[in-house]
Amino acid sequence: MYNSIVLVKQVPDTANISGKVMRDDGTVNRAKLPAIFNYEDKVALELALQVKDRFGGKVTAVTMGPQRASDILRECLYLGVDDVYLITDRKFAGADTLATSYVLSEAIKKIGDFHFIFAGRQAIDGDTAQVGPQTAEKLGIPQITYAEQIVDIQDNWIKVRRRIDGGYEVLKSTFPVLITVLKDAAEPRPFRLKRVMAYKNAKSITDLEKVVDGNSLLYIDKLVHEYKEKSLLINTITTDDLDVDAERCGIKGSPTKVHKIESVVLAGEGHIKIDPTKAGLSSLVDQLAQDHIFG
Amino acid sequence: MNNITKDVWVFIEQREGKPADVSFELLSKGRKLADNMGGELKSVVIGHNVKEIAIETFSYGADESLLIDHPELKDFLTLPYSRVLNELIIEHQPRIVLFGATVFGRDLAPRVASHTKSGLTADCTDLKISNVNYLGKDYEDLLLQIRPAFGGNIIATIISPDVPTQMATVREGVMEMVKVEKPKDIKISEIKYSPIDTDKLIEIIEQHREESKVNLKGAPIIVAGGYGLGSKENFKLIHDLAQTLGGEIAGSRAAVDAGFISSERQVGQTGVTVRPKLYIAVGISGAIQHRAGMHESNKIIAINNDPDAPIFDVAHYGILGDATEVIPLFIEAYKHKLK
Repeated sequence: MYNSIVLVKQVPDTANISGKVMRDDGTVNRAKLPAIFNYEDKVALELALQVKDRFGGKVTAVTMGPQRASDILRECLYLGVDDVYLITDRKFAGADTLATSYVLSEAIKKIGDFHFIFAGRQAIDGDTAQVGPQTAEKLGIPQITYAEQIVDIQDNWIKVRRRIDGGYEVLKSTFPVLITVLKDAAEPRPFRLKRVMAYKNAKSITDLEKVVDGNSLLYIDKLVHEYKEKSLLINTITTDDLDVDAERCGIKGSPTKVHKIESVVLAGEGHIKIDPTKAGLSSLVDQLAQDHIFG
Repeated sequence: MNNITKDVWVFIEQREGKPADVSFELLSKGRKLADNMGGELKSVVIGHNVKEIAIETFSYGADESLLIDHPELKDFLTLPYSRVLNELIIEHQPRIVLFGATVFGRDLAPRVASHTKSGLTADCTDLKISNVNYLGKDYEDLLLQIRPAFGGNIIATIISPDVPTQMATVREGVMEMVKVEKPKDIKISEIKYSPIDTDKLIEIIEQHREESKVNLKGAPIIVAGGYGLGSKENFKLIHDLAQTLGGEIAGSRAAVDAGFISSERQVGQTGVTVRPKLYIAVGISGAIQHRAGMHESNKIIAINNDPDAPIFDVAHYGILGDATEVIPLFIEAYKHKLK
């Protein structure tokens, strides 16, 4: 039996972006973007589920983000995870990778008991690949990045094939270990219809509060209990649940700041038009030869 | 922020005892950054029997080399390498530490930045020193870390104003590698390494490397094809033209995804950055991610049948036409000229 925690992230679909989604302070207004499940994280989840299928154990999915990030946790439930956690708090907003990994590591300490942490190599909104290693460092555990394949798992070690520049290597690690995975490491399974039916009504406490809307606090407690009993509760973690230093969270705890954002302009000074004819190409070759490009 | 130096450190990556080009590219850039601040440039070399590499870093501008040489450090391993760097950084407080944005660099840098609570920016395409006013406060000689963000749609300038050490990883081939005319006297500080148990939680069981036969970065002429060529058959035209001109073939990401060409020949943000004497883009529309990897080429020829293709914006010569007609004419004109 091996327990896994999977770090997942809801990301803006960076294929469809305009300048308007950037706020004046240079941060991203994610509310304006189509949000998707970061694909490499989905692959990481698949690996964790494969470990569970083969050896037994528990898979827990964790995300940090705004309330709507619970969408991808619901998807995790459809795919077969046992438990989900949404780490959300205004105080966590604007976090760079260092502040993110600090909060993630504190939440993981609270969630506890695991052999593996899986995560995608990087998320497509930042492409930094930093949160995995930084979370591992904060937890004081080893890391394997750029994983391509789990080769084997035995009593107290795991062998992982990882990509390196110009080839690959196989690493053997003790537990616990954090592993970040490449997109080809596994093919994510489709949703299971039964689970979609079962979990489509999974809700976080904030969702339930909206349902209650003004009714008594006692009632919300009852509702939370009910959802928990039915495994329909998306667990929420806020600063109140963690023993965190506020100075190390969110924008306050982020050493890197966005100083300036510019749209990309890579225009040349205009080009010389060449006719697609024998004469045209002949003159082009002449010009290039004169400029000593050839030879 | 006491005892903060103005020093720039470059982590020198070595694979099987050979230094990575990107490390020397970073030294060349680091030399300029150190000069701008009035600090020193130091190379950090970790490995086994790698003194030669430490010596070589002086050809690229190092003032001093920190050498950590030990049999157990022969191959890159996150835990011992990061521990060595953490201890050195905490002791010496460099102002800037640079890493190549390679697999190892992107594995190591965040681990070190986390431990030392430094700011770290990934995959920078440019670095500058500048005075900055941020939120009403003046900062002297900050490192401007310039990188594409959001899939290459925007360029962000990142700063780490309030921490002692600013760290960045930089993509291979983005900075120019320049040997200095008069290298400084060689000054190597050998630093002792004593293994501890937690350095060995991960071990390497097997390693497999193939020397890449592809050298796009060094090719003076590159003929690149895109998805617009339509088929693998048409892609043969790229081979023909490259062969005629004595150049290398390359492709856009779309061409790689379509299976027209192998991924090691991909030019662009997620591929290789090139600046050849001549870059011929055939059937490449010129998405920003592609242009980012080739727009500094000396001469660019765009061949495309779409007059609105953005590739024409960065081209020096534009040929509006069908590749299957233009390329044979190109080959014929070239052969005729050389006769």
